[in-house]
Amino acid sequence: MENAALARPSGVAPAIELRGICKSFGPVRANHDISLSIAPGTVHGIVGENGAGKSTLMSILYGFYRADAGEIRIHGQRTAIPNSQAAIRAGIGMVHQHFMLVHNFTVLENVVLGAEDGPLLAPALANARSLLTRLSEEYELSVDPDAIIENLSVGHQQRVEILKALFRQADILILDEPTGVLTPAEAKHLFRILRNLRDEGKCIILITHKLQEILQVTDTVSVMRQGEMTATVKTKDTSADKLAQMMVGRKVLLRVDKTQSNPGDIVLETRKLCVIDAHDVPRLKNVSLSVRRGEILGIAGVAGNGQTELLAAIGGMTPASGEIHIKGQKIRLSGSGADPRVRRQLGIAHVPEDRHRHALVMEFHAWENMVLGYHNHRSFRRGSWFMNTFVIRTDSMERMRSFDVRPLLPETIARSFSGGNQQKIVLAREFSRSPDLLIVGQPTRGVDIGAIEFIHQRIVDLRDAGVAVLLVSVELDEILSLADRVAVMFDGSIIGERDIKDTDENELGLLMAGIAGGPA
Amino acid sequence: MTAIPRWADVILVPLLSLLLAFLLSGLVVLWIGENPLTALFIIVKGSVGSPYGWGYTLYYTTNFVFTGLAVAVAFHAKMFNIGGEGQATLGGLGAALVCLAVEWPHWLLAFPAAVIAAALFGAAWAAVPAYLQARRGSHIVITTIMFNFIAFALLVYLLVHVMKPPGQMAPESRPFPPGAHLPTAHEMLAWIGIPFSKSPPLNVSFLLALVACVLVWLLIWRTRLGYEIRAFGHSETAAVYAGISPVRIIMLSMLISGGLAGLMAVNTVAGEAERLLIDSVQGAGFVGIAVALMGRSHPIGVLCAAFLFGILYQGGAELEFEMPAVNREMIVVIQALVILFAGALDNMVRLPVERLFAMVRREAS
Repeated sequence: MENAALARPSGVAPAIELRGICKSFGPVRANHDISLSIAPGTVHGIVGENGAGKSTLMSILYGFYRADAGEIRIHGQRTAIPNSQAAIRAGIGMVHQHFMLVHNFTVLENVVLGAEDGPLLAPALANARSLLTRLSEEYELSVDPDAIIENLSVGHQQRVEILKALFRQADILILDEPTGVLTPAEAKHLFRILRNLRDEGKCIILITHKLQEILQVTDTVSVMRQGEMTATVKTKDTSADKLAQMMVGRKVLLRVDKTQSNPGDIVLETRKLCVIDAHDVPRLKNVSLSVRRGEILGIAGVAGNGQTELLAAIGGMTPASGEIHIKGQKIRLSGSGADPRVRRQLGIAHVPEDRHRHALVMEFHAWENMVLGYHNHRSFRRGSWFMNTFVIRTDSMERMRSFDVRPLLPETIARSFSGGNQQKIVLAREFSRSPDLLIVGQPTRGVDIGAIEFIHQRIVDLRDAGVAVLLVSVELDEILSLADRVAVMFDGSIIGERDIKDTDENELGLLMAGIAGGPA
Repeated sequence: MTAIPRWADVILVPLLSLLLAFLLSGLVVLWIGENPLTALFIIVKGSVGSPYGWGYTLYYTTNFVFTGLAVAVAFHAKMFNIGGEGQATLGGLGAALVCLAVEWPHWLLAFPAAVIAAALFGAAWAAVPAYLQARRGSHIVITTIMFNFIAFALLVYLLVHVMKPPGQMAPESRPFPPGAHLPTAHEMLAWIGIPFSKSPPLNVSFLLALVACVLVWLLIWRTRLGYEIRAFGHSETAAVYAGISPVRIIMLSMLISGGLAGLMAVNTVAGEAERLLIDSVQGAGFVGIAVALMGRSHPIGVLCAAFLFGILYQGGAELEFEMPAVNREMIVVIQALVILFAGALDNMVRLPVERLFAMVRREAS
C-alpha cells in the first residue's frame, strides 16, 4: 500500500504489520489484499461501513479466522495466529464490543480467568491484585478488585476487559466499538486511558464508526471499503467529511434537511408507565410523555436505561402498568388484548431496536418478512386458512422497490441482505401501512452511511405526512438531527425533556449521565 | 447465508451420509465373515424385488411416514417431539376402541371413524406435555419421553385387566368385527384387475399416508397457521413481535404432531392385526425422528426417508432369514448406523461438503 510506511519511525520495527491479507467467505471477499503497518506507541483507528471487512480483519488478527493468503508480522517477526491463545501469546489483547466477563465473579477472578498459571488460585490472584493496583495508578484504570462484575457500571466493566488484556501482557490492544455503550464522560475517560497506554509504547487499534472519536483520539487512521483498505492517513491531515467520503466513496450529507415541525393532536400519551422485568427489577419508572401528530420525540440515553422497555410496552410486547392512551383512547396493558397484534390494529407501527431478534425472521424470505405481523390482514388471505402468496409476493416487490432494497429479490433469505437492506425491509413493512404512530428504536444501528441518509429522510417524510414519531436512539447525533423534542432517559425514568432548539450536546450528555440540569 | 446450494443440502448430504452408513455396515458384515455385496443384494431384492417385498416395504413405509411427519411438524415449531411412540400407542387404543365399539357395517364407515379416533387419542396424549411446555416451561423432550412409558404402562394395564377377553392367555383385545376390516393392497388392486401378492399387510392406510404428506405440505407452506409455526420455530422473539402467541403455536403444533403419530396405529392396528396387540407401534415412533431428520422435515423428504427405512426393515428381515450369520441384532445395528449418520452426524458430512463447495467456488472465481 502506498501509505504502509507512513507511521513508522525510522529504525523501529512496526508493532504490527499485515501484508496482503485475503479472506473470502464463499463468493464474498471480506478482505482483499490488506496491508497495514502500525508503529508502537500509536493509536490507530480503523473506520468503514458495516460489512467493509473491519471485523473480519480483526478476527484474523485475533485468531478467530485464518487468512486465505498473506502474512502477519508482530514486532518484525513473522507470526502465525491459528487461534486466540496464539494471539495472546503474541501480545495481542482484544476488548470485544460485547464484554466477555463472568457476571458473578469478582473483578480479580475475571482478570485471572484463563491465565491462572498453575492449579492453585491464590498466587495468581495475589499477582493480579498487585498488578491491578499498579495499573490503576499508572493509567487511571481504577477498579475495585473485589467488586462483583454485575454490580459495576458498563464503563467499569470495560476497564476490566482492558485489565484482562494487560494482565496477559498485551502490548497490542484491539478495541471494537468501545464507546457504543458509554456515556460521553465515560468515553472521555476511556480516551485518557488509551492515551496513557499509548505513551507507554503500546499499540492500540480502535475500530469504530464514530468519526468524531477517530479525530479525537487516534494518531493514524485507515479506511476500509468493500473488503479493501482504501487509505491510511495521519489523523491531523484529515477531517470527518473527508473520512466519510472515503468510507462511502461519494459525498455524504451528514445533516438531515428538515423543516420546522407542525404538531397536531396528541396521538400517544403515557401516564406513569411502569415495567417490571422477570426478575422483579423495575425497568421503567413512572414514564409520562406525549407525542403529537407531525412531530418527532427523540428519546436519548445510554443503552439499557429503560428505552427498550418503553418501546416494548408501547408495542405490546411486554406487560406494563400505568396508562397508555392512543388517539385519546385508553388501551389495555396486560392480559388478553395487550399484544402486538392489537397494537397494530390501533395504528401503531413498531420498528424494534434489534432487527435480528425481533423485526425479522432471519431464515424467512424477504417476502415472508414483509408481512410479519400483518400476515392476518384480509388482503393477504385466501379463504380463512390459506395465505395468498401471490398477492404477498407482488406486494412485497412493490414495497421493496419503493425503499430501494438491494438486491430487489423477494425470494432472498433475510439473513443474506446487508444490515442496511435488512433495516430497509423492516421500514418498508412498517412505514407503508400509513400508521398513526411510529415507534422506532435505533433505526440506523449497524447500517451503512449511505443508507442512514435514506432512512433519516424517510422518517422525516413520515413526520411531515402527519405521523407521530417516537424515536429511541443511543446516537446523540441522530437525535439532534431528527428530533423536534428530546427526552433523556436515565435509570428507567425521564430525567429531562427539552425542545431541540434549546439544548445542545453538552447538556444532553450531562443528562445522559444522570446529572439533571437547571430548570427544564 | 447458506454455504451450499439447496440441491446439495437436500440430496447430496443425505446420500453421502447414507453411503457412509452402508460402508460401515458393510465392514460389520465383512467382520462376521459374510459378503457385504451379497447382503446388499438380499436387502434390495427382498424389499423391492417382488410384489411380496413391495407390499411389506410400503407397509413399513406407511408407519414411518406418519411418525416422520409427526416429528417434522413439531420440528417446524422447534419442538422436539420424542413422544411419537406413546402418541401412536394411544392412537392404537383409540382406533381399537372405535373398531370394537360397534358392529361396523362397512369399512368406509369404520375407516374414517378409526382415523378420527386415532388422531384424537394421539393428539390428546401430546396435549399434556404441550400444555406443560407452553404454560409451565417443562421441557418437551423430557415430558414426551416420560409419556411414552406412561402410555405403554397404560396399554399393558388395559390389555391385561380390561380389554382381554376372559379365558384368553395373550394380552390382546378380541378381534375387530369383520366390517372393520380395511381393504388390503391385494383387494384394492383386484378391484381394478391387477393381481398382487396376498400376504403383505399393506392396506388403504398407505393412501392416507400420501394424503397426509400433501396436507402437511399445505399446512406448513401455504396456511397462515403454518406461517406462524415456522416463524415461531425460527425465532420466538420475532414471533412475539409479530403478535403470534407462543402458547397457541406450541399447543397447535403438538396437537397436530400427536395426531399424526396417532394415525400411524391405524395402519398396524386396524390395517394389519385387526385387534389391539401389546406392541402395535413396533418402534416406529423413534424411527420417525430419524426419518424427519433425514427428510429435512419436508413431506417429500419424509416420504423418501420413510421408504428407505421401509426397505431397511423389510430387506433386513429377509437378510436375517437368508444369511444365518446375520441375526436380528445385526439388523438393528445396521439400522442404527443409518439413523446415526443420517440424523445425528449430519454435520460430519455437511462440513466437508461445504468446504468443498467453497473451494470449487474460489477456483471458479
